[in-house]
Amino acid sequence: MSSLDRSDVARLAALARIDMSDADLDRLSGQLAVIVDAVAKVAEVAGEDVPATSHPIPMSNVHRPDEVRPSLDRDAALAAAPEAEEGRFRVPQILGEEA
Amino acid sequence: MTDWTRASAAQMADALAAGEVTSVELVQAHLDRIAAVDADVHAFLHIDAEGALETARAVDADRAAGVELPRLAGVPIGIKDVLVTQGLPTTAGSRILEGWIPPYDATVTRKVREARMPILGKTNMDEFAMGSSTEHSGYGPTSNPWDLERIPGGSGGGSAAALAAFEAPLTIGSDTGGSIRQPASVTGTVGVKPTYGGVSRFGAIALASSLDQLGPCGRTVMDTALLHEVMGGHDPMDATSLDEPVPGCVDAALEGARMDLSGVRIGVVKELSGAEGGFQDGVKQRFEESLDRLRGMGAEIVEVSCPSFEYALAAYYVILPSEASSNLAKFDSVRFGLRVEKATVEKTMLATRAAGFGDEVKRRIILGTYALSAGYYDAYYGSAQKVRTLVQRDFAAAFEQCDVLVSPTTPTTPFKIGERIDDPLAMYLNDIATIPANLAGIPGMSLPSGVAPEDGLPAGFQILAPAHEDARLYRVGAALERSLTEDWGGPLSAQAPELEVAK
Repeated sequence: MSSLDRSDVARLAALARIDMSDADLDRLSGQLAVIVDAVAKVAEVAGEDVPATSHPIPMSNVHRPDEVRPSLDRDAALAAAPEAEEGRFRVPQILGEEA
Repeated sequence: MTDWTRASAAQMADALAAGEVTSVELVQAHLDRIAAVDADVHAFLHIDAEGALETARAVDADRAAGVELPRLAGVPIGIKDVLVTQGLPTTAGSRILEGWIPPYDATVTRKVREARMPILGKTNMDEFAMGSSTEHSGYGPTSNPWDLERIPGGSGGGSAAALAAFEAPLTIGSDTGGSIRQPASVTGTVGVKPTYGGVSRFGAIALASSLDQLGPCGRTVMDTALLHEVMGGHDPMDATSLDEPVPGCVDAALEGARMDLSGVRIGVVKELSGAEGGFQDGVKQRFEESLDRLRGMGAEIVEVSCPSFEYALAAYYVILPSEASSNLAKFDSVRFGLRVEKATVEKTMLATRAAGFGDEVKRRIILGTYALSAGYYDAYYGSAQKVRTLVQRDFAAAFEQCDVLVSPTTPTTPFKIGERIDDPLAMYLNDIATIPANLAGIPGMSLPSGVAPEDGLPAGFQILAPAHEDARLYRVGAALERSLTEDWGGPLSAQAPELEVAK
């Protein structure tokens, strides 16, 4: 497995929707490469015969009764929104001009 | 005049019941203490003096009227800022949630209110619980009351420091890889991570959902047991919540305090016992002395080996960032929190997350995005999940030979603020002994083993039990605590240097 380089970090940051300045990339890329190299050792012991564990305590099909109960009031849900209008969350324009 | 801030929560509860003190007096004493020392300690992000006093007044009135009250009614508490509290600001230590007032209570918040405990405020933490020093808080670090230049551990440094500084007798923490136990260790206090699912996480701001667990923090094992029983229990609002009775923590602590451990088999994990590098001499020494005390109370000490633990830290730092990168996607500038307005919604998200998240959060989101991306998923996330199975098998084999496992909680006493901030890997190594429990979902406790002779700072003793057997932690922990405190003449926290009090 190859280590992360600066362009990888820039691409991943874009995927994760985090703007990164050149200074951010300079600072974080080296640290991330060290961490990625250190955690790569997980592949050393993971044989094909070992099953994966996703949750520590096995559980499946957890249900609760399908009953109508009070939910969060609409105004309360909208109260902390950066912007709201007509009972809805308001966001900036969704589609950009440039391609 | 009694300084009530030095009493245990159990003593406060008894004094309230006996009419020796009122809840208003207790709350005011703690508010005064916070006013006197928190400018230096910075354990709290928000203080709700009026709300706490209002609860206290209502409890006092009910008590005077003869109303039957829960055991901890009137005993004040601090809540880690990871839990949502209706009407009280909640940030999880992040600037992206600055000023957010949640419209609902977490289940644990509700249980604390139903227990009639006055909420003093919200305690500081590493941003979204990512860290081992509280230096990654978006609102500045918390200091260790034992030495203000040192870290109080993390992520729950605020909850631990508040106890060690006598600003609260009880606090709530969350433990994803040691965020309750490691702060307890470095502040000379007690913290418990319950079995995964033992405490509802509804309303806890998620870090890594397959690892996170809320738990109690106190200065004594009994206080922690009392709070554990308030917090625990099944909750239909959390699908991972265990549908089983709350463990008998208080009874187990009472049993342990009789100091008879005959028939109890205690396993020392070879890989975590300090034989390997990285464990400070004084931490090892206090650990060995504690083992002697347990042996003296009749316990059988056996050595066990957990060879896969060598890979636990690496697996953890794949699984946690992966889950965190997904959990933190909700901070998108749309429904709550910060918005840095740009021309389009996508540019707004990019700018908002750049401005609102700190470096450690960015590192982990990017790491998680990488580990989950096409072409790398099997090598990283898939492999880490297999390591998780191996760690669970190691624990299962170890618990066939013993009832509980023990180790030092963390390799060193608290380090200086700033010392490891630019070296993420060195920071991650603080959690080497606490992480395996989270990977396996088992319960763990840290309690003080003394101060390291070389620096006079606290060292911690960790106890681990099989899943669902949280009560064993309290039995063994209470036995060791009593043996130690009888020699010390009181809890270790009483040995901390006096803080300078603001006038």
